[in-house]
Amino acid sequence: MNTGGQDLPRWIDIGLIPILNICMALLVSGVIILAIGEDPLEAVAIMVRGAFGYEEGIGYTLYYATNFIFTGLAVSVAFHAGLFNIGGEGQAYIGGLGVGLVLLAFDSVLPLAILAPLAILAAAIFGAAWAAVPAYLQAYRGSHVVITTIMFNFIASAVMVYLLVNVLINPGQMSPESRQFLPNGHLPFMHEVLAWFGIPFAPTPMNVTLIWALICCVGVWAYVWRSRWGYELRTVGHSEPAAVYAGIRPRRIIMVAMCISGGLAGFVGLNEIMGVQHRLLINFTAGYGFTGIAVSLMGRNHPFGVVMASLLFGALYQGGAELAFDVPTISRELVVTIQGLVILFSGALAYMSTPWITRLYRVLTAGRLAPAASEA
Amino acid sequence: MAMAHAAARDVVTPEGAPPPAAIELRGIDKSFGAVHANNDVSMRIGAGTIHGIVGENGAGKSTLMSILYGFYRADAGEIFVAGKRIEIKSPHDAIAAGIGMVHQHFMLVDTFTVLENVMMGAESGPLLHASIQKARGELTRLADDYGLAVQADAIAGELPVGELQRVEILKALYRDARILILDEPTGVLTPQESTQLFRILAALKERGVTIILITHKLGEVMAVTDTVSVMRRGQVVADRVTRDTSKEELAELMVGRKVRPTSAPRRDVAGEAALTVEHLSLRDRLGVERIRDVSFAVNAGEIVGIAGVSGNGQSELLEVLAGIRPPTSGGFVVEGREVTSAAPCGPDDMRALGLAHVPEDRQRRGMVAPFSAAESAILGYECEAAYSRGLFLDTDAIAAHCSQLMERFDVRPPTPEIGSGKLSGGNQQKLILAREIDREPRILLVGQPTRGVDIGAIEFIHAQLIALRDRGCAILMVSVELDEIMALSDRILVMFEGRIVSEVAGRGADARELGLMMANAHADKRERLVS
Amino acid sequence: MEDAFVFAILTVNATVRVATPLILCAMAGLFSERSGVIDIGLEGKMLAAAFAAASVAALTGSVWVGLAGGIATAMCLALLHGFACITHNGNQVVSGLAINILASGLTVVLGIAWFHRGGDTPGLEATARFMPLALPMARAVADVPLVGTLYSRLISGHNLLVYVAFSAVPLVWWVVYRTRFGLRLRAVGENPKAVDTAGISVTWLRYRAVMICGVLTGIAGTYLSVAHNAGFAREMTAGQGYIALAALIFGKWRPWPAFGACLMFGLLDAIAIRLQGVHVPGIGEVPVQFIQALPYVLTVVLLAGFIGKAVAPKAIGVPYVKEN
Repeated sequence: MNTGGQDLPRWIDIGLIPILNICMALLVSGVIILAIGEDPLEAVAIMVRGAFGYEEGIGYTLYYATNFIFTGLAVSVAFHAGLFNIGGEGQAYIGGLGVGLVLLAFDSVLPLAILAPLAILAAAIFGAAWAAVPAYLQAYRGSHVVITTIMFNFIASAVMVYLLVNVLINPGQMSPESRQFLPNGHLPFMHEVLAWFGIPFAPTPMNVTLIWALICCVGVWAYVWRSRWGYELRTVGHSEPAAVYAGIRPRRIIMVAMCISGGLAGFVGLNEIMGVQHRLLINFTAGYGFTGIAVSLMGRNHPFGVVMASLLFGALYQGGAELAFDVPTISRELVVTIQGLVILFSGALAYMSTPWITRLYRVLTAGRLAPAASEA
Repeated sequence: MAMAHAAARDVVTPEGAPPPAAIELRGIDKSFGAVHANNDVSMRIGAGTIHGIVGENGAGKSTLMSILYGFYRADAGEIFVAGKRIEIKSPHDAIAAGIGMVHQHFMLVDTFTVLENVMMGAESGPLLHASIQKARGELTRLADDYGLAVQADAIAGELPVGELQRVEILKALYRDARILILDEPTGVLTPQESTQLFRILAALKERGVTIILITHKLGEVMAVTDTVSVMRRGQVVADRVTRDTSKEELAELMVGRKVRPTSAPRRDVAGEAALTVEHLSLRDRLGVERIRDVSFAVNAGEIVGIAGVSGNGQSELLEVLAGIRPPTSGGFVVEGREVTSAAPCGPDDMRALGLAHVPEDRQRRGMVAPFSAAESAILGYECEAAYSRGLFLDTDAIAAHCSQLMERFDVRPPTPEIGSGKLSGGNQQKLILAREIDREPRILLVGQPTRGVDIGAIEFIHAQLIALRDRGCAILMVSVELDEIMALSDRILVMFEGRIVSEVAGRGADARELGLMMANAHADKRERLVS
Repeated sequence: MEDAFVFAILTVNATVRVATPLILCAMAGLFSERSGVIDIGLEGKMLAAAFAAASVAALTGSVWVGLAGGIATAMCLALLHGFACITHNGNQVVSGLAINILASGLTVVLGIAWFHRGGDTPGLEATARFMPLALPMARAVADVPLVGTLYSRLISGHNLLVYVAFSAVPLVWWVVYRTRFGLRLRAVGENPKAVDTAGISVTWLRYRAVMICGVLTGIAGTYLSVAHNAGFAREMTAGQGYIALAALIFGKWRPWPAFGACLMFGLLDAIAIRLQGVHVPGIGEVPVQFIQALPYVLTVVLLAGFIGKAVAPKAIGVPYVKEN
C-alpha cells in the first residue's frame, strides 16, 4: 500500500492521521444524514446509546466486534506479507462450512469439550484451504491475488448455496439450512457463562468465541512480531530483495501468510455457526469480510488497532441498527455507507492530508528542534 | 517541430563571428535533497559536432541531459539553443526545440510495432490513418538517408537490442531533432552493433545534426567525438578538443587526483584458496551476457579488489557468489562445495558454508528500513538458536547483540530500537558490516563498502576490513572508488563488460593505468589472470 | 423443430438482455485498465447510476434526464476514483472497493429516505423508460420464414440502450486502435515513462480514460433501472460489475474478445434458469449454482495460465511517479 510521511514522528503517522481520516469519513456521513433531513448530532447520540447505553446493546456490539476482529486480523496478516486479501468473505463462508460439517457429523457422539477444538481446527483448515488456491496462483503463477480472491468469494457463495439447497438441507424444510445442532454442538453464550458466576447479563449473541478472538489477537501479535517466521513474513512484505538476500523464500511465505489469513477469516464461521446460529445457513458472513478490510486499514494492521477498530465498527453496526429502528428515514445501510467512507479515507486517500500536516508540523516545530545530524 | 530548422536558418551571423553554439548551458545547478547532482555546470556544444560527456557514475552527466531534455527542471541556470534562450519545462518543449534523446533504458512500448512506437506522441492528426502513411514514408526516407533500416511492422518486444536503439534514434529524427542526445548507447550493444551505431552517427553529423554522447568508455570518445567535456562529482572539470587529448589524460581527469589514505602493510603470503571461481558465466533474463567466463581465486588472508565502472558485471558477480542468483554456466567452489547451475546454493546455504555478504544496495537488500536496528542486525541470521527463546525470538538477546555490534563498530546513535532507515548512510553501513564481520566468516563478499559514507566512517570501515583480513578471512571487494581499491587490495582485478581484463598487484598499482584498464583502453591487453 | 427454434430465439433474446450491462461495463473497464488504472469499482458505479437514473426519471418523468443523471453520477464516482488513484497515487484496489461499498450503502440510504419503499424507487411509467423499439419494417417482414422471424423477434424489439451497447463495441475498437487517443491510451498503460518522454501528459490521459469509464458505466446502470426494469431495486447489480471485470480479463483487455466473453457469460445466465431440473445425459442434473459460478471459475483458470496467458497492461496498478 501507499507509504508516505516518513519524515513525521510515529505518533502522527499512527495516531493523528488515522483519526483525521476517520473524522473526515464521519464528517461526510454527517453531511449525508443532513441531506436526508435528519440531525447528525442526534443520530450520533442514538448510535452511541444503542451501542453502549445498555447491556443488550453492549452485548451486540461485542458480538459484531468478534467477527471483525477475525476478518481484520486476516487482512492484517496478509498485508504484512505484502498481499491484499480481499477474499475474507469467501474464506469465512467456507470456514463456517467446515465447522458445520464437523458438528453435523459428530454432535451426537462427541462432547462439547472435544467438538469445540475440532470445530476450531475445521474452521481454520477450511478457511486456509480456500485461501490456498489464490495464494498458490499468486506465488507460483503470478496471478493477481486481488482478482482471484474476488472470484473465489463468488465461487464460495455458489458452492454454499448448492450445498445448502441440495445436500445439507434439513429434510422436510423449505429454507436452505441444515438441521439444528444438538446442544453439545453449541458454544455457550457469554450471558450463560456470566450466569455461572452469578452475574446477570441480558441475552445477546455474544459468545465465548470473543475470548478466542482475543486469544487470536495475542497469537497474531506474537507470531508477526515475536517469532522468526513473523520476522521472515515482514521482511518479504517490506522488501523482497532483502528477503532473498537473507535466504528467505518469498513464495513459501506468500503461501503461509495467505493460509493463516484464510484460517483467521474462517473463525467467523466458528462464531456464527457454532456460537450463534447453531446450524448452517446461507449468507451468514453478511459483509463481515469487507468490514475486515476497513478494520484492518483503520487499525493500521496491528492487532491492538484491529481490536479498537472492531469495537468501533461493532458499535457502528449495533448503533446503526438502533438508529434504523428509531428513525424510520435512516436505514441500516448507513453503516455500510460509513464503512465505504472509512475505507476511502483510510485506504485510498490515507495520505491526502499528509502534505499539509507535514507543513504544519514543520512550522510548529521550527526552531524547537536542533538541526538533524547532517552526515551522509 | 520545424522550429529548430527555422531558427538555424534565420539567424544571421555577422561576418567573421563564430556561429552560435547548437547548445549552450550556463550555470546549471540541480540538487536532489542533499545530493548536489549538478554544480554550476556550463557547457558549449558546437553545431554539427559530436560532443562527448565523460565521467564516472554519479558524476552528473545523466542529470544534466535530463534537464536539457526537460525531464527535470534546473534549480538555476539557463539553456540556449542556437543562440536563443529557451525555457524547457517538459519533454514537449525540448522536442519543440529540436532536441531528441535516446535513453539508456529504452522508452518503448513492447507490444507496439516499430511504426506505432515512432508515431506515438507525434501523430499527424486525431485519426491514425494519415499518421501511418506519413510515418511509413518518413521511415523509408530516414533509412535511406542515414542507413537506419528497421522493420516497420515488427513488434518492439521481439527485436534485438541493437535494432531497438535504432528505433529510438528514429523516434528522435521523426520529430525533426537537430540535436540528439545518446545516454550510454553502447552499454547494451555488441561490438559490431556499436560500429554500426557510429556509422549512423557519422551520417547524422554529415547532415548537420549535433550529437551529444554520454559515455564512460574512453575508446569510443577518442574514436568518435570532436570535443569532450569531463564531469566529476557534479562539475565540469575540463573541456577538450578530442584530437588534442588522449585516453590517458581523460582517464586521469575522470578519476581525479585524490589524496590516498595511507595503505596498510600488505601481506606477501596469503593462505589457501577459500573461494575459487571457474569459468563463471551469467546471462540475465533478457539473454544479455553479464558475466563472461570469469575465473579467479581468493585466498585466505587476502583482499581481492574488483575495479571497474559500475555496470560491467561486478554487481551480478557478487549476487551469484552470494547465492542470490544461480550461474548460467560454470561455477565456483566454496569450502569444498561446488556451486553450479545444476547444483545451486541459496544465500542461507552460503552462510552455512561460512560466507558473509555485505550487499551493494544496502537500503534495499542489506537491511529493512522499517525494521528497528536490532531487527536489521539479525537479517539473514534470524533462525539462529542464539536469538531464539523457545518458539519466539529472544528480543533481549537480539537487542543486546545489536548494542554490542553498535559499540564495537561505533554506530551512532547506539540505540537498538532506532528505525534502521533513520540511521545515516554511514551508520547503516557500519551496522551491516558489523553484522557480517561479527560472524568471523571465512569469506566476505563486500560491494561498495563506503558508498555514501562520511570520511570518518570510511577510515573506520577500512580498518575493520584490514583487521578481518589479518585474521585470515578471504575478502572479495567490489568498488567503483579506485582509491579504495588501491588502498586495501592485495590484488586488483579489473572487470570490463563482464570479463576480467587484467590483474595487477595491489602494491604499487598506478591510478592512471587502472583508469585505462577500467575503460578497456590500456596498452598491454595481454595481461590476463593466470589462475 | 419449430419449438427448438423458438426456444433458441428466446434464449438469445435473454442473452442479449443480460449481456448488455456486461458489455457496457466491460468496455468501461477496458478504457480504465488499458490506461493503467485498475478499476474494480465498475459494480459500484453501475449501481449508483442505476439509482440516480431511476430516481431522476421518477421525479422528472423524463427518461433522457434520467439517463443524464445516471451518467453524471457514475462520472462523479469515476472522478473520485481518479482523484484518489491518479492525483494522490492511492491504492487503486482499495479505492475501487471503497466506491463499491459506498454505492451499495448510499443507494439504499437515500432510497429509503427519499422514497420510503425499502430501498426501491417508485415504479416508472412507460413514458419514463426506454421501451422496446421496433426497427423499420419489422412488422412487415414478420411472416417471412426464418429471416423475417429472426429480424422481427431477435434483432428488432430491443430498447435503445441495447443497441447502444452493441454498437459501442465496434466504436470502442475503432477508438482504441484507429485514433491517436487510442494509441496513446495503450501506450500509457504499458510504459507511462515512454509517454512522458514523448511530451504527453500521463495524468490527463488517465483522467480521460477514467471519465470515459464513468460514462459507459453510467449508461449500464441506467439500462438496468430504466430500460431493463421499471425502477431501482436494492443491490440490483447483483455482482454483474464483477462479471464484467471477469469478462474483460477473459477477453484479455481487447474489445471484441471481451464482447464475446460478455455474450458467453450472458448465455450462461440465460441458460442457468432454463437448465434447472433438466437432466444432462451422463452428468445428471446440472446445478444452477455451477452455471452461475462458471464465469468466475473460468476467469481463475485463465489467470492461472491454463487457457493461454492473460497479460494485463504492463503498467497497470502502479501509480506513475517521476523518480529522482
